[in-house]
Amino acid sequence: MVPFNVLLLACLGYVVFLFTIAFVVERRAERQRIAWLSSPLIYTLSLSIYCTAWTFYGAVGYAVRSGLEFVTIYLGPTLVFVGWWLVLRKMVRIGKTQRVTSIADMISARYGKSNAIGVIVTLLAVAAVTPYIALQLQSISLSFAVFAVEPGTGAHPDLAQTAIWVTAGLAVFTILFGTRRLDAKEQHHGVVIAIAVEAVVKLVALLAVGAFVVWGVAGGPADVHARILANESPDWQVVPGRWAGLIFLSAVAILTLPRMFQVLVVENADERHLATASWAFPLYLFLISVFVMPIAVVGLDVLPAGANPDLFVLLVPLALGQDVLAMLAFLGGFSAATSMVIVAAIALATMVSNHVVVPAWLALRDAGASGDVRRLVLNARRLSIIAVLSFGYLYHQITGGSAALAAMGLIAFVGMAQALPALIGALYWRGANRVGAAAGLSVGFAVWLYTLFLPSFGPGVLLSAGLIAEGPFGIGWLRPQSLFGVTAADPLLHALFWSLALNTLAFCAGSLLTFPTPLERVQGARFANVFDIQTGTRGWSAGGAEAEDLLVMAQRILGTTEAQAFFQAAAAAQGKAGFLPDTTADFLEGLERRLSGAVGAATAHAMIAQIVGGSIVSVEDLMAVANETAQIMEYSSQLEAKSEELSRTARQLREANEMLQKLSVQKDAFLSQISHELRTPMTSIRAFSEILKEAEDLAPEEARKYAGIIQDEAIRLTRLLDDLLDLSVLEAGRVQLKIEEVSLRDLIDRAITASGSVAPHRRFTIDRDISTEAITIRTDAGRLAQVFINVLSNARKYCDAERPRMDIRVRVEGPLVIVDFIDNGSGIPKKSQALIFEKFARLTDQMQAGGAGLGLAICREIMHKLGGEIAYVPGQGGAAFRVSFLRVLPAAEVASEAGADRDAAA
Amino acid sequence: MGRRVLVIEDEPSIAEAIGFILARDGWEVQSHDRGAGALELIRAQRPDLVILDLMLPGRTGLDILRALRAEVETAALPVLMLTARNQSRDRELAESCGASRFMVKPFCNTEVLASVRELVAS
Repeated sequence: MVPFNVLLLACLGYVVFLFTIAFVVERRAERQRIAWLSSPLIYTLSLSIYCTAWTFYGAVGYAVRSGLEFVTIYLGPTLVFVGWWLVLRKMVRIGKTQRVTSIADMISARYGKSNAIGVIVTLLAVAAVTPYIALQLQSISLSFAVFAVEPGTGAHPDLAQTAIWVTAGLAVFTILFGTRRLDAKEQHHGVVIAIAVEAVVKLVALLAVGAFVVWGVAGGPADVHARILANESPDWQVVPGRWAGLIFLSAVAILTLPRMFQVLVVENADERHLATASWAFPLYLFLISVFVMPIAVVGLDVLPAGANPDLFVLLVPLALGQDVLAMLAFLGGFSAATSMVIVAAIALATMVSNHVVVPAWLALRDAGASGDVRRLVLNARRLSIIAVLSFGYLYHQITGGSAALAAMGLIAFVGMAQALPALIGALYWRGANRVGAAAGLSVGFAVWLYTLFLPSFGPGVLLSAGLIAEGPFGIGWLRPQSLFGVTAADPLLHALFWSLALNTLAFCAGSLLTFPTPLERVQGARFANVFDIQTGTRGWSAGGAEAEDLLVMAQRILGTTEAQAFFQAAAAAQGKAGFLPDTTADFLEGLERRLSGAVGAATAHAMIAQIVGGSIVSVEDLMAVANETAQIMEYSSQLEAKSEELSRTARQLREANEMLQKLSVQKDAFLSQISHELRTPMTSIRAFSEILKEAEDLAPEEARKYAGIIQDEAIRLTRLLDDLLDLSVLEAGRVQLKIEEVSLRDLIDRAITASGSVAPHRRFTIDRDISTEAITIRTDAGRLAQVFINVLSNARKYCDAERPRMDIRVRVEGPLVIVDFIDNGSGIPKKSQALIFEKFARLTDQMQAGGAGLGLAICREIMHKLGGEIAYVPGQGGAAFRVSFLRVLPAAEVASEAGADRDAAA
Repeated sequence: MGRRVLVIEDEPSIAEAIGFILARDGWEVQSHDRGAGALELIRAQRPDLVILDLMLPGRTGLDILRALRAEVETAALPVLMLTARNQSRDRELAESCGASRFMVKPFCNTEVLASVRELVAS
């Protein structure tokens, strides 16, 4: 027998191995796309989390108790996958176009982005998945117990103790796996790859045990067949009603279970993968169930009577002295259970945080208040994971861990099946509305609780034995297990029938008797016609919102980098430079979809509505929904494309024209500015030199003072000429760069020291993260320092905060190093943001500010030479300059080529 | 004949130079370094001549000149305009607004002195 400690060590080693794979893959996925990561094979393997410990251990137990009936659990999904283009394809397509994050999100998005619906589905999911998680905990602690039998005595150690350690371990594991990073997308590449590996492990383990049983213990397939016939018991009869019910139930489960939705829809990288999965996944199901019957009958033959059939997969190899095989089987079962728990907990945590925690937080706080929503989301998810696993543990404790594994799983199936009417209505019935959905979900939820979930704890635990036997207050037709006097032999089928029937009835009645809101009509058309509508209708009217406010909000949810990239891309698509696009309906729509990928449709909609001022479904939108004959659709979408193109061209022209006008004005201004800047110091020089020359009676100290003024002004003149020369050399591209290797940290140190001489009386707090600055760069250090000094000096001069502060943030993005300088002053007004990099564009007329107004213009030229740029970043709570440059400047970039390339590209 | 001059000029060293030249010639010189508040100062001090720079922070010299010419008390006040931008457009503008004389920087000290004397005498 394998010692218990070795087993524990193997488990830990296995977990570390999985985590390493997930970690490495996630790191690599960050940097580039990995082709094999988003392949149909990985997708299919990840779907196998359908096969949990229930399959691995429970199926054999099921076979021992009820014969071939266990097959129904795999027939349902097989049917769904073979007919994938009926339902699955539509779900995946809608999931993608609407950026759905969970099943609760999909249903809430369809019914007018109603968060109430999201909350109901979330509660339902948490309640339904609880027994399912308990099932996994039970199987892991049982399998541990098998190995931990005290030698000699045969006594089991404390099962409850094992379960609590397993729960805690899984919670830590899941938090590490699923909520390690702040990610705007709900995709977890690392987790998917870990599941795929576990899928292989559990399949290999079960096939190995199966092969051993068939060819090692029994004398081949014929012998197994004989043993099956010999062991046949009356319980193994096929009951057609129960078979049909279970096939239906498992088909529904694969659509509605939160973890299946997560891998099927949310993690789906490409719709075409479904085509492969449609045959490959049923094949996987076949392989994993093919040896169930042989293991069951051989187990019955070789094991003593009374052995737990749920553990035959483990007990048969152990009883026959195959320790290595037993170990493999143990790891297989461990894989099956852990992968289910991880994905289920992640899926539920996403729902709880998106539909309960974040909306509550938004309602309690003013939307304008600052704060990073991402951190809140992450913490909410971590707490939710702990809560979900604790529920599973409690269920396991209260039910006493005695139920058969399959029975616990079926309770969960029936619970989640309550989402079916609302889901199918969402996909196919445009008349369905949120009143109906809420009614159906609530009724189904309640009936399931009453007829199946609460009684599952056993008589006298949550429902008294009297109530179960006699009905509440002795009302016979309300007995939980025979509603309306229909006494079925099977409580499961009874609950399934009544909960779904009443659910569907309430759903249809509610939808038919009430009217949908405009937003529901629009969403209903989008869902039902997801394959036909390409452009879609819009939920926002243009104007009103300030792009900068939206950027500030988006940064809190998506993180600064991601949000800025999104805004920059949107602005570029409109033909604008910079970070602030026009707030067109298209842009708002895109932004909402992007946000809903992070916090769910309902919350994203509410957050944008708070800034834009109410969502507007226009009459045109409703008309568009109403008149959607193919012809009109096509015609209008062509028109729309045309007008889109026209308005884009117009916008580009307008911008080019504005730029030209500004340039021409600036050319004139430049000449007269130069004249002014040269003549001003010259005036003092001339006046004082004449005074010194003509007035003989000057006191010596007066003479010295005037000579000093002449000297200062002469220096000022020289500096101006230097700047002008510098700029003209840079602009003409004749500059020679001195490339050297230098540490970024030293360079920033140098710049901070050098800029300290500007306005030395101001106390400036500088906030840096030294660790991020530990980068060696290869560039013209002197030129780069010149830019840093300029930006820092400007902040010292112009930052108007009472306690001035400067934030310096460094990060590496691909080949570029990005340094952000953000002060806490009032920033630069929007109308001036485009001008500051032009020559002589001093924003205040304070001559005292020094400099000739050429600093930023020179910076811009230098950064072009260093293969990057300097830009103003709006919406950072102060003046913010972003300096980006190539970490390693290739020799070819030196001199004029860099400038020429850039111009050609621009 | 009054001998009080107000210099409105934002470059401190230029203001100092003019102040020195005029003071040595016996003028009483006051200076002000921005456009804002210049009008109020002229009304309060009632100088005999104003030397006014064209480009000032706060309010331009042209603005101030227009305002002076619009008021009865200062309509005839001699104003010597200074500018560092040698553009004919600036000169025309200044003259149309009622500048008594227009000088381009850098100037010759004796020329400034002569202009001041002439303007006050007339």
